[in-house]
Amino acid sequence: MKLFEYEAKTILAKFGIPTPQGGLATNVNQAREVAAKLKPPFAVKAQVLVAGRGKAGGILFADSIEEAEKAAEKLLGMQIKGIPVKSVWIEEKIQTKKELYFGITIDRFTRSYVAIASAVGGMEIEEVAQKSPEKVIKFPIDPLCGFYPFQARQIAKKIGYSGSVLSELGRIFERLYRIGMEYDAELIEMNPLVETVDGKFVAADARIIIDDNALFRHPEYKKRLMEGEGELTPQEIEAMKNDLAYVKLDGDIGVIGNGAGLVMATLDTIQVYGGKPANFLDVGGGAPPEKIAAALQIVLSDNNVKALFINILGGITRCDDVAKGILEAKEKVGVTKPMVIRLVGTNEEEGKKILTEAGIDVLESMEKAAQRIVETAKSGGK
Amino acid sequence: MGIIIGKDTKAIVWGITGTQGSFHTKLMLEYGTKIVAGVTPGKGGTTVHGVPVYDSGEEAQEKHHANAAIIFVPAPFAADAVLEALENGIKTVVIITEHIPIKDSINIMARAKQLNATIVGPNTPGIITPGESKLGIMPSHIFKPGNIGIVSRSGTLTYEIAAGLTTKNLGQSTCLGIGGDPITGLNFIEVLKMFEKDEQTKAIILIGEIGGNLEELTADYVAKTSYPKPIVAYIAGRSAPPGKRMGHAGAIIMGKAGTAETKIEALKKAGIKVAEKPNDVANLISQ
Repeated sequence: MKLFEYEAKTILAKFGIPTPQGGLATNVNQAREVAAKLKPPFAVKAQVLVAGRGKAGGILFADSIEEAEKAAEKLLGMQIKGIPVKSVWIEEKIQTKKELYFGITIDRFTRSYVAIASAVGGMEIEEVAQKSPEKVIKFPIDPLCGFYPFQARQIAKKIGYSGSVLSELGRIFERLYRIGMEYDAELIEMNPLVETVDGKFVAADARIIIDDNALFRHPEYKKRLMEGEGELTPQEIEAMKNDLAYVKLDGDIGVIGNGAGLVMATLDTIQVYGGKPANFLDVGGGAPPEKIAAALQIVLSDNNVKALFINILGGITRCDDVAKGILEAKEKVGVTKPMVIRLVGTNEEEGKKILTEAGIDVLESMEKAAQRIVETAKSGGK
Repeated sequence: MGIIIGKDTKAIVWGITGTQGSFHTKLMLEYGTKIVAGVTPGKGGTTVHGVPVYDSGEEAQEKHHANAAIIFVPAPFAADAVLEALENGIKTVVIITEHIPIKDSINIMARAKQLNATIVGPNTPGIITPGESKLGIMPSHIFKPGNIGIVSRSGTLTYEIAAGLTTKNLGQSTCLGIGGDPITGLNFIEVLKMFEKDEQTKAIILIGEIGGNLEELTADYVAKTSYPKPIVAYIAGRSAPPGKRMGHAGAIIMGKAGTAETKIEALKKAGIKVAEKPNDVANLISQ
């Protein structure tokens, strides 16, 4: 789960990392009130969860309260990469001397957290790593020991600092690590971490992504996510409530299957035969009929879907349960779009019988089923 | 033969009294797996399908001296169960549980490494050495003993491919899912090393997917060591968009990293045949 910039900065400030003075506004009046409490000049920043916000015009600068108001008005009326701006963060603009990068993420291969630092901040760290890998310092953190102040100072030294600021920078790094652990962050970064003209360090932008699997430890954020204040579409929220994994895509063939790998392979096979999947939906293992019905409802609520492909390989999922779920959904939502069903595995015969008796065709081969669904979608779902 | 588990495997089931734990204990017993005990705190003294249940791993180990564990405990409590198994001397732990927080997994793997233990998973269907033993939730009838090793990041896709092999009369030595999470116990390279040493295994199928760079690192390893056994790969997720989690916590393209294209390219460069569709795997391996 991605946190908004203002949420991330509020957390950083709580842990003693310097951030610019600022406040949140959802309308122009609030924007004026916030700006009036701050010292100009201001930065007015759209709170949206998309990458490349600055380039898309989501950050404006203002020299007076009136200008800040106008900037807020402009941003609150716009969409950034299709996402409407619902709030803006207004803060005191920092006098930058140098922009740095510091973040912590996970490293799959070493199975540990890794601290990443660079004297080149302000742009995507992946880009810096690609163009000039020598400018990016990676420091794996031993999970059994944690991250010590001396290691933090060592990193500060490697990005070119020495003397009294070493300890200050080290403290900021160490605090960020502590926040990362406390909030189960799979990514936490300050980009840029600014060295100001008067020799202080301030986190000018901050990003936190909480591990979705750890949201049970952070109920306040989970609540915000489920209320739709974030990056999820209504279908994705509905899927989450039903414990289904759903991703919207831009084609016209709805896809439901069991198991993430199998569903991905199903999408790929549809593409091999020239079709375009409308979504990814994994019902998981052992899905009861109600869950299958919920999955059908979610996929069919997408108007782009012309035809539906259900691909089930029963292991712990039982084919008869799937068949019952399909009939249940048909009754409830009145499925009028054509379906192609591939059903093999546990209780295959029972499942097939239920569907064939209801007049629904069942195939055994994933390839043949994929070919058939592509033809069906191409003929306009008839 | 085969790797990690076999005839001598004696296992304890953590979370044996739960719906999944109890159901799969029954199926594993039916397959011939030696399940010697179960652990559920508070349910000590009861039995599940004839298997004695204990309140703690310590008691279970004192009486049964198991050498493997399988974990069905729900995600919030899974790390506790795994650490209990490890602290009681168990050297092979299969973690079926999905949705374990990354932080917990990192701690588990660090402790396992220190104790020289092997972790399969989390978020795995488990491991099966056909005809000998299974510690997992896979439908056993689709597997048969033979010479092909399978290592995979996915469950049902493994079944799809294994079933295809079995129909063509191509049996398997050991099939294991390393797990669909970003942090897993075993990785592809470590499993390839094990398959290399296993005499029964003559060829290997590697089933990868988008996210991370494990497949690329594996390709590097295969090329650098001139890996001696033939490998066929399948990579799922060519149609996946960046920034979206495709069901598995680990299946996500970050920016430009972790795409199916870069993985397929790296594997092909290392001389590994890559199947276009799951169904093509059996044909490629029999060549």
